[in-house]
Amino acid sequence: MNNQLDEIFAPFTGKSEELIPVLQAVQGEYGYLSDETMGEIARFTGVPGSRVYGVATFYSQFRFTPVGETHICVCRGTACHVRGSGKILENIEGLLGIKNGEVTDDLKYSIDTLACIGACGIAPCVVVNDKVNAKMTPNKVREILNRDKGL
Amino acid sequence: MKKISCYIDDIRIETPEGVTILELARANGIYIPTLCYHPDISPSGNCRLCIVEIEGRRGQHISCMTRVEDGMRIRTDSQEIAEIRRVTLELIHANHTQDCTSCSSNNNCQLQEVTAYIGVNEERLNKLRRTRPLLKIDDSNPFFNLDHNKCITCGICIRTCDEVAGVNALDYSFRGFATVVSTFGDKPIKESVCESCGECVVRCPVGALYVKETVIPAREVKTVCAYCGVGCNIYLGVRDNKIVSVRGDRESIVNKGRLCVKGRFGYSFVDHPERLTSPLIKSNSSFKEISWDEALDIIADKFSKNQGRKFAALSSAKATNEDNYIIQKFTRAVMGTNNIDHCARLCHAPTVSGLVQSFGSGAMTNSIDEFTSAKTIFSIGSNTTVAHPIIGLHVKEAKRKGAKIIVANPKEIDLCRFADIFIQHYPGTDVVLLMGMMKVIADEGLEDKKFLEDRCEGFDELLNCLGDYDLENVSRITGVDTEKIRQAARLYATNTPSSLIYAMGITQHSHGTDNVLAVSNIALLTGNVGKESSGVNPLRGQNNVQGACDMGGLPNVFPGYQSVTDPDKIEKFEKAWSARLDRQEGLTHTEYFTEIGKGNIKTLYQVGENPVLSEADANHVKKALEKLDFFVVQDIFLTETAQYADIVLPACSFAEKDGTFTNTERRVQRVRKAVNPPGEAMEDWRITCEIARRMGAEGFDFESVDDIVREINSLTPSYAGITYDRIEKEGLQWPCPDRKHPGTKYLHREKFAGSTGKGRLFPLLYKASVELPDTEFPLLLTTDRSLYHYHTSTMTGRVRGLKDIEGTEYLRINPEDARKMGVNEGEMVSVKSRRGKLKVKVNINRSCPEGVASLTFHFPETPTNELTICAVDPVSKIPETKVCAVNVEKTEL
Ligand code: SF4
Ligand code: SF4
Ligand code: SF4
Ligand code: FES
Ligand code: FES
Repeated sequence: MNNQLDEIFAPFTGKSEELIPVLQAVQGEYGYLSDETMGEIARFTGVPGSRVYGVATFYSQFRFTPVGETHICVCRGTACHVRGSGKILENIEGLLGIKNGEVTDDLKYSIDTLACIGACGIAPCVVVNDKVNAKMTPNKVREILNRDKGL
Repeated sequence: MKKISCYIDDIRIETPEGVTILELARANGIYIPTLCYHPDISPSGNCRLCIVEIEGRRGQHISCMTRVEDGMRIRTDSQEIAEIRRVTLELIHANHTQDCTSCSSNNNCQLQEVTAYIGVNEERLNKLRRTRPLLKIDDSNPFFNLDHNKCITCGICIRTCDEVAGVNALDYSFRGFATVVSTFGDKPIKESVCESCGECVVRCPVGALYVKETVIPAREVKTVCAYCGVGCNIYLGVRDNKIVSVRGDRESIVNKGRLCVKGRFGYSFVDHPERLTSPLIKSNSSFKEISWDEALDIIADKFSKNQGRKFAALSSAKATNEDNYIIQKFTRAVMGTNNIDHCARLCHAPTVSGLVQSFGSGAMTNSIDEFTSAKTIFSIGSNTTVAHPIIGLHVKEAKRKGAKIIVANPKEIDLCRFADIFIQHYPGTDVVLLMGMMKVIADEGLEDKKFLEDRCEGFDELLNCLGDYDLENVSRITGVDTEKIRQAARLYATNTPSSLIYAMGITQHSHGTDNVLAVSNIALLTGNVGKESSGVNPLRGQNNVQGACDMGGLPNVFPGYQSVTDPDKIEKFEKAWSARLDRQEGLTHTEYFTEIGKGNIKTLYQVGENPVLSEADANHVKKALEKLDFFVVQDIFLTETAQYADIVLPACSFAEKDGTFTNTERRVQRVRKAVNPPGEAMEDWRITCEIARRMGAEGFDFESVDDIVREINSLTPSYAGITYDRIEKEGLQWPCPDRKHPGTKYLHREKFAGSTGKGRLFPLLYKASVELPDTEFPLLLTTDRSLYHYHTSTMTGRVRGLKDIEGTEYLRINPEDARKMGVNEGEMVSVKSRRGKLKVKVNINRSCPEGVASLTFHFPETPTNELTICAVDPVSKIPETKVCAVNVEKTEL
């Protein structure tokens, strides 16, 4: 694990200004930021751990749990919100038994939210593994998940 | 500095440049509401309540971040300001739980204060109030809680932990409405890097961070912390004869209000149920209570029969100067022997013997407050932030102000986070390292020629000897890269003023005195001593170890380091004490136990010490103690050593008596009684005087400590001018030869204290540690300290919160060594040396280099000193507790 991190750190010099690019590089490789990798990032950049965590949690681009095989992102932009994306999110959470930002124990499913993805015309939107699903309803959610889950 | 003038609310005010509008207003008694400002830390402009208007400029300005300019006309209030403040404040209230009456900050809350000033609109507030789920209170820390529901996210705790504590346990996490103060990974505080100093708690403007079980004291007593040699000034809050609060004294130059975890939260031992409350006598190997009269009579009788060198006393670095003065006077004048010593033998004896040879005086040359103005701080063999936390804060502050920090330590200690150069040398190779640095300095012509010429002697001898220290060789022995040695040498020699700090890593070696001389050499060579912020600073361990030495708790000197073999001094003290005195120096602490073993010492009187755990090769101490004819222990608890006593006498703790402690910077500070002692416990000096009187001695009829101090003043030149009335508010630093003398901030200003007035350099040879690893005992064991415990934990071990944070010993070993031994984190190992064996859990930790392991000696269940070796330095007789060889093997629980 440490070797892999060393490789990721290699192009950087370890200055505190590099914190965000380093966080991005580590997430790019691992898919998320763990306490362990953030601890190493703190060591490498000389930025206190609490600040590394603060910065990482400030930006929505970073996640702290691994991504599931099926990664479901619910758009929470204004247009989608108005058309009921909140309900959709609750629905998905209910079906999978996990909360936004979490991943199922078997690492099969994860849920996340996004800001507007620029597809307001077909709101509300849910992105599943990079594929945009338009005009979602709770029923459609069940459909997608069932198909996917092979239920 | 240039003076400017401005108007605040039409009042004309003159001020030096550079202050902010808020600071100036406050200094002139003009109120501006604030929530995120604290004078100890940088402003953040976060709460926006401190806005003001400036004539000729548009809008409002944040007064905590705007500097005053010449001719400015400032308004602290207007209709517009009032409106903005009201709206801002309502938003804060909307997110704040409203239960003032049950809040521990009620009546002491800045939110209440600003609200009273600004006023809020209840109706609007009710509309605004967010119904958000209550966040869980973080109550993981044993001393304080964090209630997010009351947090106004002012950030004062975050900036305090960064700028004051230098720990950075806290920061803002998440964003928008979800923003909270959190630790790394949003973990409970106890699992974070937080050191529980409580500095953030003290500064939190509301009741979000608060001390558990807050009790408001009925009165406060100003005194001095009883733990380490920093000597922080504190106020003990008392209610119903109980210490209920502790507060740092912000006026004190020593700590400026700051405290470490022990000083702030470590006093519950004072009223611990295990405190000794009555004299005890041993009968059939168990103790039973007896009256003071009986106990004192038995002691007086036994002592009378054992006068002279058959008797030995151990006084206490935890007791006051007055206590120590009386104990040594008793030993010398009544018992007729110089067999008086104390635990300084085990910590800074080489400092006294070494620095006396090189500078003429064995104490810290500078004041604590001077560290922050040093340009280079060189800390060698000192785990500064752990063992002397508040001096650690001074070093961190110096770093913030631009100083360069060099750390030389066999372990990667916490201070390394702040180091510009970290030298991880092999334990016991300090002489080689320092001589190597000196070689670089001399080769590159960086020595202070004028200083050497005018103020030193012995330079040529040193120069000759440096020829033996070829840098490649130095690097091989110390394990440190040559380039690093060069860089450190250059930095220390040229980026002046340089201040050197050292502690037990230098002294606790069989060549401890050489180590100290190497330290004084490098300071003299570069002219880094005898100046402001520049000198040699041995950090003394115990709260009053400096004072115990000053008071003559040593076998070779009377109070004030007056030699016991100097005929003039003997005459002076014989006259003053009307007694015939021993002409011969006494034995040392380490020698006591061998002499007891040989039957030459038969009676031991021990005050406030625990050698069964603290003395090297503790098993030989235990054996010796069993051989004593008569053993009296005077202490506040029944310690591991007290178990061996024939009679145990209950003493007062620091909170139950008056007197003085002398801190590591030679500052004599007032200790004051805050609570009554438990049961029949008495002050140490009073007990000793009672024994003396019962033996028919004269000169022990002291009514109070005032009388004792007068005698100390009259016989101790360096303390002659230090009287209680002069140190009522702030302590004085010795030497202070008369009542007009202001005390001495730093030593050796114009000339050195020794008889020639010159500083002396010494040629030195490398001597290896006595017991180094071999095939049978392949690991080097060194000893260190924890922030949360003190010495043998007689006190800290009885403070529940401290035990909660750190309850047991761990053997720290390098991952590589752990791998070779096949042990995992937390597994049990047996650690064996030639002298003893113990079982302990391992903590795999990169702080130790490969081949080196470390233990503290805080825990009675794992008596580390049963492993260490009693190889002593021939000059100072200190044992080599920093280096011995051990064998570590995985074992069953
Ligand atoms: S108690 Fe001290 S170390 Fe802990 S968070 Fe507060 S300031 Fe930081
Ligand atoms: S816990 Fe206290 S000091 Fe820290 S941000 Fe909240 S209110 Fe401010
Ligand atoms: S630094 Fe030392 S003197 Fe100061 S509070 Fe801590 S233990 Fe007490
Ligand atoms: S708000 Fe969802 S796509 Fe724009
Ligand atoms: S005190 Fe100035 S912004 Fe808070």
